[in-house]
Amino acid sequence: MSKIGVFVCHCGENISATVDCAKVAETAAGYDGVVYSIDYKYMCSDPGQSLIKSAIIEKGLTGVVVASCSPRMHEPTFRKACAEAGLNPYMCEMANLREHCSWVHEKGDATTEKAIDLVRILVEKVKKNHSLNAIKVPVTKTALVIGGGIAGIQASLDIANSGHKVILIERDPSIGGHMSQLSETFPTLDCSQCILTPRMVEVAQHENITLYTYAELESLEGFVGNFKAKIRRKSKSLDEKICTGCGQCTTKCPVKKIPSEFNEGLGKRTAIYVPFPQAVPNKPVIDRVNCTYYIKGKCKVCEIVCPTKAIRFDQEDTIVEAEVGAIVVATGFTVKQPDFFPEYGFGKYPDVITGLQFERLASASGPTLGEIRRPSDGKVPEKIVFIACAGSRDPAKGIPYCSKICCMYIAKHAMLYQHKVHGGKSYVFYMDIRAGGKMYEEFVRRAIEDDGVNYIRGRVSRIYEKNGKLIVKGADTLLGAMPVDIDADMVVLATAGIANEGSEELAQKLHTSYDSYHFFSEAHPKLKPVETNTAGIFLAGACQSPKDIPESVAMASGAAVKVACLFSQDELTREPLIAVVNRQAAPVFSSCVGCFLCVSACPYQAIEKEEIKNRTGEVIKTIAKVNPGLCQGCGTCVAFCRTKSIDIQGYTHEEMYSEVMALLNEY
Amino acid sequence: MADFEPKIVAFVCNWCTYAGADLTGTSRIKYATNVRIIRFPCTGRIDYMLLLKAFDEGADGIIVSGCHPNDCHYTSGNFHARRRWIMFRELCDFVGIDINRVLFSWVSAAEGSKWADVVNTTVTRIRELGPYTEYQKVAKHPIREVTNG
Ligand SMILES: Cc1cc2nc3c(=O)[nH]c(=O)nc-3n(C[C@H](O)[C@H](O)[C@H](O)COP(=O)(O)OP(=O)(O)OC[C@H]3O[C@@H](n4cnc5c(N)ncnc54)[C@H](O)[C@@H]3O)c2cc1C
Ligand code: SF4
Ligand code: SF4
Repeated sequence: MSKIGVFVCHCGENISATVDCAKVAETAAGYDGVVYSIDYKYMCSDPGQSLIKSAIIEKGLTGVVVASCSPRMHEPTFRKACAEAGLNPYMCEMANLREHCSWVHEKGDATTEKAIDLVRILVEKVKKNHSLNAIKVPVTKTALVIGGGIAGIQASLDIANSGHKVILIERDPSIGGHMSQLSETFPTLDCSQCILTPRMVEVAQHENITLYTYAELESLEGFVGNFKAKIRRKSKSLDEKICTGCGQCTTKCPVKKIPSEFNEGLGKRTAIYVPFPQAVPNKPVIDRVNCTYYIKGKCKVCEIVCPTKAIRFDQEDTIVEAEVGAIVVATGFTVKQPDFFPEYGFGKYPDVITGLQFERLASASGPTLGEIRRPSDGKVPEKIVFIACAGSRDPAKGIPYCSKICCMYIAKHAMLYQHKVHGGKSYVFYMDIRAGGKMYEEFVRRAIEDDGVNYIRGRVSRIYEKNGKLIVKGADTLLGAMPVDIDADMVVLATAGIANEGSEELAQKLHTSYDSYHFFSEAHPKLKPVETNTAGIFLAGACQSPKDIPESVAMASGAAVKVACLFSQDELTREPLIAVVNRQAAPVFSSCVGCFLCVSACPYQAIEKEEIKNRTGEVIKTIAKVNPGLCQGCGTCVAFCRTKSIDIQGYTHEEMYSEVMALLNEY
Repeated sequence: MADFEPKIVAFVCNWCTYAGADLTGTSRIKYATNVRIIRFPCTGRIDYMLLLKAFDEGADGIIVSGCHPNDCHYTSGNFHARRRWIMFRELCDFVGIDINRVLFSWVSAAEGSKWADVVNTTVTRIRELGPYTEYQKVAKHPIREVTNG
C-alpha cells in the first residue's frame, strides 16, 4: 500500500496569493493512499525540509509530492531531502503550482481547481514510481585525442598537464596541422612556426603523452569512461626506435619530384621524406605510392645509405588497441581545391593560387624562402589581387556559410605583400569585411590605411589571361557596380574552409553526428559547444566549423577541462532515467520480438542486440538491450516499440498512463 | 455553450516547452486556466496512444509541444514525434477523430509568451468546437486498469 505525503508550499505569497493552498492540502488528504497532507509557507527552507523529513520517518511515507515551484528549480533539493530521510529520491515528485499555475492565472476557484488537479496527477504518478539507483560506471583515465593540429596539441597538453594519460593520433607523418604551414599569424604578425614548434616538441617529450603519427582510428566500441579504440599505425617502412633522423636517406633518395603536400604543391619532396624541417617526430616515412622500390621492386638506396640500418621495406601496418575514457576530436578542416573555380581559372593558370599557397610563399621556410615570387616564372608580382569569399557565402557552390578566417588572413596576406614587395600594388575584392575579434578591425584598418592596400567592394566574375597578365574582371558596388578590370601578375583566392574528406566516416565510427556541411556537430550550439551528443566525446578546433587559432586553442582547453572533469571521478554517476528492455522467465525471456525498430530510432546508438543462448550455447532468441552508459533517456525507443517491451525509468508507461488517467478524473 | 470550460491536456517535453511554460510563469504572462501539463523527457517519448487515452478520460482538446526542429535536446526525438504525428493524424482522420482538437506546436525554452498564445488559441478553438461528446459517446467508460506494457 502506498503511503503518500503531500506538501503544499505557499512560496511566501507567490503561490498563496492566487491559490488556496489550505484547500489544496485538504483535498489531497482525501485521495486514496495519501496519509499526510500539509501546507507551509516555505517548503524549501530548512524547517520546510525538516517537515518533509520527519513525516517520511514518522509516517513511514513511501512517496512524496511537493507542490511548489518548477521541478527544474528545486527537484534536486527535495529529492536530496527525501534521500536524507531514507526515502529513495526517485519516489519524490513535484507539482508545479507556481510557474504553471499561480503566476499565470488570476486568483479564483479555477486556479485552485487547477492546482488540485496538478497535485492529483503527481500523486497518481508517484504511486507507480519505482525506487531507482544512480548508475555507476567506472572510468579509464586515459584520453584519446584525434588530430595533431594546434587544437589537438593544446588539448593533449592540457589533459596531460592535469595528470592524465593521453594518446594522440595524427594522420600525417608530423603533428602541427595547418598552423605549421602558416607564415605569420594575424593579428600580431608573429611567426607561426616560432610559437608552434615549442608546443610540438613539448607534446613529443611529455611523459603523459603517447604520440602515434601516421596513424588513424580504425574502430571504436564502448561508451563514456569505457571506450575501446583500435588504432591503425600505418607502416612508415622504418624502425623509428633506431632511426636517428640524420637525413642521409632523404638527401640520397633518387625520386625528387613529388609535389610537397606541406608546400601545397609549390615545392618538391623525395619519396622517403620528412614533411618539413621542424617536423615532430623528425623521422622520415616512405611514401609507398611514389617509392621506386615499391613500384619496380628495386632501388633501396635509402637502406644502403642509412647508417643505423633503420629502413624496413617489409614492415606492415600495426593495430594498437587502447582503452580510453574520453575522446577529443581535433581533426581540423581543409580548403576547397582546384576545379571548383573554373571562372577564376584555378588549376589552369599557375599564378592563380590559394591562400594556403600564399602562406608557403610568404614563409621563410617555404619554397621561395619567404620571397613573394609567382609560381609560373618566379617573377616578383607587381600587382596582386586577393579575392575574398572564393566559394564561401555562395549557396550556388553549396557553401552558404562564412568561412570566418579569410577576411583576416587576406588582410594579413596583403600586408605581408606590401611589406615584402616595395612599390607593389595590392587589391582586395570583398563582399563584407568581417573582422570581429580583439584587435581584428584595427588590423584590417592598418592594412588599408598604413600599408595602402586597395579594398574594392564587389565580386569578381571572371579571370582570364591576356599578354602574360591575369585580367581580373570585377565590379565596384560602392561606385554603382562600376566595372573594374585589373591586369594582375598573381591572384590569391581565399578558398572556403570545408570539412575534411572522410569526416563523416570518422563521425560514424565515433557514433557522433555531423552537420549538413560534414563538420562535427556540437551537442548544443550555445551551451554545449565542445560536447557532442555522445557522452565522453568532445570537439576541439576547426573540425566543428572553420575557426582561427585563438578560438581553436580556447575550444581545445575547454574540451580538455571537460575530459579532466570526467577523469576527476573514479566512477561516473548518472541519473537512472534510462530505457530498459523487459526480461522475463524462460522460455519467453522478454516480450521483445527482436524487430530492432528501437535500434534505428535511438539517436545515441545505445541499443544493442543481445543473444540469449541455451546451455549448449545455441542462440535461441535475439532481443534488444540498452547500454546504460550510452542511453540518454529520451524515450524515443519507447514510443517506437510495437510490443511495449522497452520502457523508460522515471517515465514508464504505467507512470504516464496514471498521470493521464488522474488528470481528468474529477475535473 | 457560453460557460463551457474545455478540458485541455498538454503533452510537453522537459527541455523546451516545459521550460518555456516555466518562463511564461516567471514573466507573469496570464493565460487560460484550462490546461494541465504532463511532462515527458522528449516529444519522442510521447506514445500517441496516450492522446486517445486522454480523450477517453474526457479531454476536449490536446496540445503536443516540444523543441523546434533541430533544437531537440536529444537531437532527433522531435523529428520522430513529428513523423509519427503525421501518421497518427491520418489515422485519426480515417477513424473519425476530430483532428482539430489536437494542436501540435514547437515552443522553445525562450518562448514564454508563445506558450500563453498556444494555450489561449487552443482554448478558444476548443470552446468553439464545444465539448467532445461525440468521442465520449463512443468511448467505453474508461476501464480503470493500468495499461502496462
Ligand atoms: C590560408 C590560411 C591562413 C590562416 N591564417 C591564420 C592566422 O594568421 N591566424 C589564425 O589565428 N588562424 C589562421 N588560420 C586558421 C588556422 O589555420 C586554424 O585556426 C587552425 O589550423 C585550426 O587548427 P585545428 O587543429 O583545429 O585544425 P588543423 O590545423 O586542420 O589540424 C588538424 C590535424 O588533424 C589531422 N587529422 C585530420 N583528420 C585526421 C584523422 N582522421 N585522424 C587523425 N588525424 C587527422 C590533420 O592531419 C591535422 O594535423 C589560417 C587558415 C588558412 C587556411
Ligand atoms: S522495438 Fe521493442 S520489440 Fe523491437 S527490438 Fe526494440 S525492444 Fe524489442
Ligand atoms: S531512451 Fe533514447 S537514448 Fe535511451 S535507448 Fe531509448 S532512444 Fe536511445
